[in-house]
Amino acid sequence: MNRLVRMAVISVFTFTITVTAQAPKPGAKPYSPPRTPDGRPNLQGTYDLATLTPLERPAGTKAILTEDEAAKLERQVAVQNEVRGRPITGERSAPPKGGDGSTGAAGGVGGYNNFWLDAGSEYTIVNGERRTSLVIDPPDGRVPALTPEARQRALARIVRPTSDTTESRDPGLEPAGSYDDPERRPLGERCLLGFGSTSGPPALPNYFYNNLHQIVQTKDTVMILTEMVHDARIVRMNAEHLPKTIRKWMGDSIGRWEGDTLVVDTTNFTDKTRFRGATEDMHVVERFTRVAPNALLYRFTIDDPGTWARPWTGEYTWVATDKPIYEYACHESNYALENILRGARRREADEAAQKNKK
Amino acid sequence: MSSRIYRFVLAAVLVALWTLAPVAQTQAPAYRAPRTPDGKPDLNGIWQALNEANYDIEMHMARPALAVRPGPYGPVPATPLLRLGAVGAVPPGMGVVEGGPLPYKPDALAKRKQNQENWLDADPEIKCYLPGVPRATYMPYPFQIIQSASAIFFAYQYAGAVRNLYLKDPGEPPIDSWMGQSTARWEGETLVVDVRGFNDQTWFDRSGNFHSDKLRVVERYTRASPDVMLYEATIEDPEVFTRPWKMSMPLYRRQEKNAQLMDFKCVEFVEELMYGQWRKKPLER
Repeated sequence: MNRLVRMAVISVFTFTITVTAQAPKPGAKPYSPPRTPDGRPNLQGTYDLATLTPLERPAGTKAILTEDEAAKLERQVAVQNEVRGRPITGERSAPPKGGDGSTGAAGGVGGYNNFWLDAGSEYTIVNGERRTSLVIDPPDGRVPALTPEARQRALARIVRPTSDTTESRDPGLEPAGSYDDPERRPLGERCLLGFGSTSGPPALPNYFYNNLHQIVQTKDTVMILTEMVHDARIVRMNAEHLPKTIRKWMGDSIGRWEGDTLVVDTTNFTDKTRFRGATEDMHVVERFTRVAPNALLYRFTIDDPGTWARPWTGEYTWVATDKPIYEYACHESNYALENILRGARRREADEAAQKNKK
Repeated sequence: MSSRIYRFVLAAVLVALWTLAPVAQTQAPAYRAPRTPDGKPDLNGIWQALNEANYDIEMHMARPALAVRPGPYGPVPATPLLRLGAVGAVPPGMGVVEGGPLPYKPDALAKRKQNQENWLDADPEIKCYLPGVPRATYMPYPFQIIQSASAIFFAYQYAGAVRNLYLKDPGEPPIDSWMGQSTARWEGETLVVDVRGFNDQTWFDRSGNFHSDKLRVVERYTRASPDVMLYEATIEDPEVFTRPWKMSMPLYRRQEKNAQLMDFKCVEFVEELMYGQWRKKPLER
């Protein structure tokens, strides 16, 4: 109950607590970060990656919102969240047979209400700017178009899910074949990686829930924990990449310092990770810079000539939080995957029986 | 040094080692570990147990398989394991439990037997479930300790299990979990980790040794030499055991120059086992 009240209070008042300490305004005195004993900026802590800023700028939107514009949009989201987060009354009637036709997390016969969700409440602020996309290059805020080769892959007879796949909008309504095998289901549904490329790299907001990440840093190792599916990416400092024969779900990450910025270079992805349809040769360079007592600037550049005609870059602010990370034991109680497949087999059996009757 | 004096010194050293040996087994050796910049014993590194505890934490002889059935002259491997041959056999082990047999309550002992009989269906390791504590420590996979002044983090290769050790007690665990809630403190050379808030789903080994959600584990990590760390775990579970008991074992630093944790996301490897029957076109099973 305490948590419920807190959630309600947070969602109603979020818009009044704008995160002002995120990043210095242009022209401000450069921020001097706390340092580890070996003299490097101390990046450690827990960060909440949730934000309202989408990866790509919506069509017809300008790149930067004014403080008032952002506040207005954030207020709308807060009000919407408050309404959606109200407790469900016991007197409501049962949903219609087969669901009410609505999609999304609470769609159909009802699933999560907003109490469970934490999709972000503010636009990310970088250099004092409230951004409308994470993508900053190309300057139109859009991921470059797929190469003809990548488009061809996306049109293949069987297209396997990609690491950026979001929470299923409505299992049951996807195209034929999507429920044939566990391997056809999104990686998040299989508990292999969190959805929405939350583990990355690039580590993106998942616009749903469980967006916390933790960094632990020593001279030789930087560990980046993703809350969802408890994925710990261990960055080996000043090391060399593994041979190309060794592939990892989150790639092989090595790190170095460029001044006060931690640069993490990742290659050797599996052919099952497939971020936005990329090949296993995708190359990600991430740059972590501590810009304020409570914030890191996270910038990523993605290069995969087999998928995009040019590299592209995004950035957003990771806001520190003192919230604890609880265990995200996903696979251990993954009844959903079995039931999604069973449901599909049942539907096929029912349809076959129907056909035979006619 | 003349050979006579040399022999004398050698004999004296051997006698000293001989008399010290039993002590070294039961208490942390007097070794001062290298320090982190904040003055704590440095546990950073990739560690692994080298024993048979994951098969059976108790002292045991070799046996044909983890699941057996009666044969005409004694047990033979259960049918599903038959084709594994020697690969499926249980290697013998001196055990890691201090003192006699595990102090099970009578009901719990019966449950352990039942677990053994249902091993193929019941061992959480088979389904790639999170291993719990202390089992994570002595599974046949390395784990990495990442220790800074403000955090201590354990990453296990098996199933990508993780533990963040709280350095300040966060209070009662709000909810039960597979890996428990760990609170760490230093006692001289030793990192003491108090682990609570477990669920009742994990086991201690492949032999059905188990616990309830009343489990509490106090672990002690003490470096014993540059590449060896002593691991002790005191197990308390009044629902399953009549008294607390203790296990101990050395952990070894992985020596390979390129030692590192690799991917072992076994969730993918158990999908055929767990969901294969629900494929549109099931494979032969």
